[in-house]
Amino acid sequence: MNSILAFTFLTLYLCLPGKVCYASNLKVYATANSIRNAIAAAHKGDTLFIQSGVYKEHDIVVTTKITIIGIGYPVIDAENKYQGFIISADSVTIQGLQIQNTGRASTTDIAGIKIINARFVTIRNNKLTDNTYGVYLQNVSYCYVFNNIIQSRSTSEINNGNGVHAWKSDHLLVKGNTCTGQRDGIYFEFVTDSHIEDNNSYSNLRYGLHFMFSHDDTYTHNIFKDNGAGVAVMYSHGVIMKDNEFIHNWGDASYGLLLKEITDSKIEHNHFLKNTVGIHMEGTTRVDVKHCLFEDNGWALRVQASCSGSNFMENNFIGNSFDVATNGTLMLNFFNHNYWDKYDGYDLDKNNIGDVPYYPVSVYSVVTEKIPDAMILYHSFLTDIMDKVEKVLPTMIPDKLKDDNPMMKKLKL
Amino acid sequence: MRTIIKYVLLDLLKNKTIIVYTIILAALSVSVLSMGSNATKGLLSLLNITLLFVPIISILFSTIYFFNSIEFTELLLAQPIKRKTMLLASYTGVAFALGIAYIIGIGVPVCIFSYGPAALTLIISGLFLSLIFSALALLIFVLFKDKTKGIGAAIIIALFFTLLFDGLLLSFIYSFSDYPIEKPLLGMISLNPVDLGRILVLLQLDVAVMMGYSGALFKKFLGSATGSIYVFACMMFWIVIPLFLSVRKFRKKDL
Amino acid sequence: MISIEHLTKSYGKFKALDDISLNFERGQTISLLGPNGSGKTTLIKSILGLVIPEQGIIRINGTEIKTQFAYRSQIGYMPQIGRYPDNMTVGQVINMLKEIRKDCKQYDEELIHGLGIPGFLNKTMRSLSGGTRQKVSACLAFLFSPDIFILDEPTAGLDPVSSEFLKDKIAKERANGKLILITSHVLSDVEDITSHIVYLQDGHLMFYKTVEELRQQTGEEKLNKVIASIMQKEMPKTIYAQ
Repeated sequence: MNSILAFTFLTLYLCLPGKVCYASNLKVYATANSIRNAIAAAHKGDTLFIQSGVYKEHDIVVTTKITIIGIGYPVIDAENKYQGFIISADSVTIQGLQIQNTGRASTTDIAGIKIINARFVTIRNNKLTDNTYGVYLQNVSYCYVFNNIIQSRSTSEINNGNGVHAWKSDHLLVKGNTCTGQRDGIYFEFVTDSHIEDNNSYSNLRYGLHFMFSHDDTYTHNIFKDNGAGVAVMYSHGVIMKDNEFIHNWGDASYGLLLKEITDSKIEHNHFLKNTVGIHMEGTTRVDVKHCLFEDNGWALRVQASCSGSNFMENNFIGNSFDVATNGTLMLNFFNHNYWDKYDGYDLDKNNIGDVPYYPVSVYSVVTEKIPDAMILYHSFLTDIMDKVEKVLPTMIPDKLKDDNPMMKKLKL
Repeated sequence: MRTIIKYVLLDLLKNKTIIVYTIILAALSVSVLSMGSNATKGLLSLLNITLLFVPIISILFSTIYFFNSIEFTELLLAQPIKRKTMLLASYTGVAFALGIAYIIGIGVPVCIFSYGPAALTLIISGLFLSLIFSALALLIFVLFKDKTKGIGAAIIIALFFTLLFDGLLLSFIYSFSDYPIEKPLLGMISLNPVDLGRILVLLQLDVAVMMGYSGALFKKFLGSATGSIYVFACMMFWIVIPLFLSVRKFRKKDL
Repeated sequence: MISIEHLTKSYGKFKALDDISLNFERGQTISLLGPNGSGKTTLIKSILGLVIPEQGIIRINGTEIKTQFAYRSQIGYMPQIGRYPDNMTVGQVINMLKEIRKDCKQYDEELIHGLGIPGFLNKTMRSLSGGTRQKVSACLAFLFSPDIFILDEPTAGLDPVSSEFLKDKIAKERANGKLILITSHVLSDVEDITSHIVYLQDGHLMFYKTVEELRQQTGEEKLNKVIASIMQKEMPKTIYAQ
C-alpha cells in the first residue's frame, strides 16, 4: 500500500512539472560533450531535450534534480569502453534515450544507466542496447523503471550483466520492460517492498528473473520465456507471484521457477508451459501454489523432501511427463482439489470430485529421482507397466503424497 | 535370388495379416497424429506403438511364415539353388514386406502430418526393428524343428526385448547405483535393439532434455554424430549377426 | 547313375537310415517301399541334399553331392505334400520355377496340358484342393525334363484319370532312359510301371531286387501278394534280429 501511494504521488509529480517548480527547458544538440555541458549548466528542476543524433559521451554524472528527455531516440554511445549515465540525485528522470555499447569490465559493474543512493528516479521509455548492465540500481528507494527495452547480443555469461539490476533497494516499480540477451533479465538482491509487473524477460543467458534476499516483493503479469535456466527465487519471504507466465524454459538444467528457501509466499494464477521443470522447490515453508496451470512440462513439480507446509490447490496439471517428483518418502505438503489429466478414477456421486485419491508421483519418477541413470529407460514399455502395477499395488510411492479430492474436469482459472 | 524375393513379396503383399497390420498401423497413426495439436506428443505415442507392436508382430509373423512355407522351401531347394541364397531370399522377402507395411502404416502418415528429423528417425528405427526381428525369426526357424516351439521362442524373444531386458537393466541400475555405471549402461543398451530405437528417436525430440537432465553422458554421446553412427552400427549388427548365424546353421539343417 | 554307399542318418537315438548301399541306373523305375518311418523319405531327401547324412557317400553320375547344388538341375522332385504360398496363383508358381531354372529353355508341358492345369492358372494356391495341388507338383517335377525323377507318393490324392495319365508319363520317361524313384503306399499304383523294388524297414535295407526276380522267388503275380509273401517270410527274421 505504501509503495502504491508513493508511486501515485510520483506520477502526479512528474505529470505536472511546470506547476510544482519553476524550471526552464533546454534543447541539446549533438556536439562534443553537449549533454555533459548542458547538465553542468542546468539548475534544479530543469528539463533537457536531447535532440536526435549520435552523442559519443560517457560517464555522464547527474547530481541535480533534472529531467532528461530524448527527442526521436538520440543515441548515447559509450564506445565499448565506458559507462552511460550515473545518477546520484533524487527525482531525476531519464526518458526516450538510446544508450548503447558500454564497456565490459570485471572489476566494476558497468551500466547503461546507474542510479546510486537516490530516490524517486524515473527511467522511462529508453532503449538500452548492448550494455553490460542495462539499468543498475544501487541503494535506492522509490524508483521507477518503466517501458525500457533492454537487450544485448553478448553470448558469454561471464562478460555480461543483468537487464535491470537492483541491489539493496526498496519500493521499486519495475514495469513493462523488455529484457533479452542479458545474463539475468531482472536481478534483485536485498530489495524489499517492490513490484515487478508486465515485464517480458526472454532469451536471457541465465535467469529471466533472479532474486535473492528480497522480501515482501510482488511479481505480476510478467512473461519469462526461453531463458537459459528459467527463474530463480531464493532466500526470501513474503513473495507474491501472480499471473506470470513461465514458458519454454527448456534445457538440461532449466526450471520454470526455482524456489529455494522461500517462506510464506503465494504463487497464484501463473502458467507454466513446456518447462523442463515447472516449479522446483527446495527448503520452502508455507508456499501456497493455487490456480496455476502446468502444461507440457517435463516435471510439473519437483518438491524436495525439505519442503513443508505448502498447499497445492486447484491447479490444472495437463500433459506433463511427470506430475510430481520428490526425493523423500515423507511428505509434509498438501495437494487438494487439483485437476490431473492422468487421473483415471471415477465419480459415482457426480459431485465433480473423484471418489478415489490421485497419487501424482509415479513409481518411475521415484526411481529416477533416486537414480538419475534410470532416465535411460524413459518412455520404455517397462516403465509404463511399472506405473500401472504400482497403481494396483502401491509399494514405492510416498503414500501421503496424494490428492484426496481430484477434480474430474479441468478447472477454470 | 531376385526371383525368389520377387515371388515371396508378391505372395506377402496379398497376405491378410500384412494387410491388416498395415491398416491397423495406419489407423493408429492417423488417429494419433490428427487428434493432438502437439507434434511431439503424436510422435511419442507412435514411438510407443512402434516399440510395442513392431517387434512382436515382426517376429511372430515371420516365424510363422517361415515354418508354414517349409514345404515350399523344400521344393525350391530341390532346384539347383544354394541353401544360403534360398534362406536370404525368403528373409529379404519377408523383411521387405514388413518394412513396406511399416512405411505405409506409420511412415506415410508421419511424413504428411509432422515431417521432420524426428519423424525420419522414427521411420528408420521402425524399419530397423522390422528387419531385426524378422532376422531373429529366421534364426528361430533355423534352430527349431518344431513350429510350436518356434512360435514359443518368438514370443519369449519379443517379450524379452520389449520388457524383460529393461527390467534386468533397471535392477542392474538399482544394484550398482553407487558406482559410475553410465558407460556400462551405454554398452548394455546396445544389447537391446528396442532400446536403441527408442533412444535414437527420443534424442531427436525435445524430451531428450529430460534424459540429459540426469544422465548427461547419454545425451552427449548418443546425441552426437558419433553416437548416431554407433547406434546405427549396433542396429546393423543386430540384423547381420542373426542372419550370419542362420546361414551357418541352415547349412547343416535337415529339412 | 545314383550310387549310394554306406549311408547312415540318425535323428538323436533313432536311426532313420542304417548303412544303406544302393545303385540305381538309367532306365529303371525303382519303387521305394516300406512301412511308415522306415526311412524312405529320409533316403529321398538325402539324395536331394535336404537331409545331411552323417556317414556315407552319395554320387550322382560319379560326382559326390556333398554341399553341391548344381546337380539338382538333373532331378525333378515331386513332394509328398505340396504346400505353396497361399496367395500365389498356379501361374505364378510355374513362372517362378521357370525363372529360377533359367538354364532350361525347353519345357516339357505335356503334364500341364494333360492334367488340365491351364484351367486354373489364375487361381490362388490357397483355393486349390489337395489333389489339384498334387497335379501342380507333378507338373513342376516334369517341367524341366530332368534325367532323374524323385516322386514321393505321386498318385496319392489324384483322381483315377490323372493317376493313369501320370503313370503313362512315367512309363514314357523310363522308356526314354530316365531314372525314376517312386515311394508309394499303394502297391497297385506302382505295379505296372516299376522295374525294381527297394524295401526298407527301420532304416535297414531289406532287399533290392527286380520285380521279375521277386515274382519268380515268390511265385506270385500281383505285386501286393509278392510283398505280402516276402513279408511273411522275412518279418520273423527281422523281429529275431532285433
